[in-house]
Amino acid sequence: MDLYDDDLTGDGHWAFGTGFADPLAGIDAPPASPELAAYCLALGDDALVMSHRLQEWCTRAPELEDEVAIANVALDLLGQARLLLARTGRGEDDLAFGRDAAEFRSVRLAEAANGDFAHLVVRLLLFATWRLAILGGLRDHPDPVLAAIAAKGVKEVAYHRDYAAGWAIRLGDGTAESHRRMRAALEALWPLVPDLHADHPGARAEFETVVADVLARATLDAPATTGRAAPRGEHLPELADAVAEMQSVARALPGATW
Amino acid sequence: MSSFEDVLAADRRIEPRDAVPDAYRSTMVRQIAQHAHSEIIGMQPEGYWITRAPSLRRKAILLAKVQDEAGHGLYLYSAAETLGVDRDDLTERLIDGRQKYSSIFNYPTLSYADVGVIGWLVDGAAICNQVPLCRSSYGPYARAMIRICKEESFHQRQGYELLLTMMGGTAAQRAQVQDAVDRWWWPSLMMFGPPDADSPNTARSMAWRIKRHTNDELRQRFVDMTVPQAERLGVTLPDPELRWNPGRGRHDFGTPDWDELKRVISGGGPCNAERIERRRRAHEDGAWVREAALAHAARRQEGETG
Repeated sequence: MDLYDDDLTGDGHWAFGTGFADPLAGIDAPPASPELAAYCLALGDDALVMSHRLQEWCTRAPELEDEVAIANVALDLLGQARLLLARTGRGEDDLAFGRDAAEFRSVRLAEAANGDFAHLVVRLLLFATWRLAILGGLRDHPDPVLAAIAAKGVKEVAYHRDYAAGWAIRLGDGTAESHRRMRAALEALWPLVPDLHADHPGARAEFETVVADVLARATLDAPATTGRAAPRGEHLPELADAVAEMQSVARALPGATW
Repeated sequence: MSSFEDVLAADRRIEPRDAVPDAYRSTMVRQIAQHAHSEIIGMQPEGYWITRAPSLRRKAILLAKVQDEAGHGLYLYSAAETLGVDRDDLTERLIDGRQKYSSIFNYPTLSYADVGVIGWLVDGAAICNQVPLCRSSYGPYARAMIRICKEESFHQRQGYELLLTMMGGTAAQRAQVQDAVDRWWWPSLMMFGPPDADSPNTARSMAWRIKRHTNDELRQRFVDMTVPQAERLGVTLPDPELRWNPGRGRHDFGTPDWDELKRVISGGGPCNAERIERRRRAHEDGAWVREAALAHAARRQEGETG
């Protein structure tokens, strides 16, 4: 039996298809306005950079079930990033591999370097809660493509938020050690929350209600708000290393086909 | 109720509560655990490239593949647990060196072409080894292998498709593919284990229907399957003795360096220490998380019953 006799590009030759089902099949996509393109780029960069930070967790998770779950979240966000970057009208790979870190539009919460598992949980809780509130509102966006991306993303990010909330409660209300680590992670990441509210004021009410509920069940207190809101385009220094790593192979082989 | 021997003679499956000889149980635990450990350690050489993948499509494919490997590890540890061992204990045995994993994962991955070559050759060799295990006499293992083989064959095709794409790219890409093939070919042949003459457990494993073909039979099958694929790809397999033998209707090929295999299995490969150290660190760094989850669950249960 030779599986390689025929053309290898068609999905029919692969057990489960070569790529991923196109969630935008059948949706008419006129060119994006500059405002829509800029908005999709920002939401796409959030997903791309957050996915990168989760990819860095690969083979480091505390349990195999979490290894699978973290990879799943990273894959979902990567999928969202690809659709959103494509909606800008520029190629997804040109945007991911052709820009310098300074040109990224991600929020600083997605950029922060990884810490321990409590840091992953707190960051994902804040990020997913915020993003779910945004995507929920975008499901009736006038652009049919963005609306379809949001409709798909809501189901995914709802799971991300549940996963993070479940762990936030277990760790906050676990041992003295896990409680201490959760408090430290909250202290470290809370100063980045004002960026989110400045960027999407409309998502703030839902964010605050959900986060307060989870923290209460986790027997944790929200830190007193400190820190000023940084606009998109202002980055944490560690973004540059993440982007350099992401682009290392693509940039080392100019003109290559992947 | 049928005896162990009757079940084997009828080529039916042994199930978790069936009475089996102690040696059968311990052999199965060792084989399944070793396979589970291989899936988990095997995430590392490719996992390194996820954050570095050169296109977002390749990144998604690789991330999904490495996630599948974690899933395979989970099913296999569950299959092992039906024999009365627990996952935590097996993980301890892995990180203190009492149990092994496939020697192949002790080689380094030096370029993105290695991702494709691992899919093509390493997953290809694994499939040759594993397809017969779908008929292993131990039911839970056999059933896990059916799903795993389907996913592995998907990974193999994706690896091969990456290599075809790279071979159609720049000269630098083609050189990377050939270099990766040169480094992975002999270690892939070693994945089938020592030659039959040097494999003392084979006869008993075949009698118990844990194993269905000898190491050398499977190795030959892999070579015969791979040679035409290499030609189609346009790479050279690094074995001057490799040629078609019309008399046998099979390929003749050279002898792997069995001393190297012994060295790598006993801990002397280029990456053994690094692979185990990373697994140990993940397990130890996760201890406080697992303790917190247990403490939380215990408190919840107290709240419900008390």
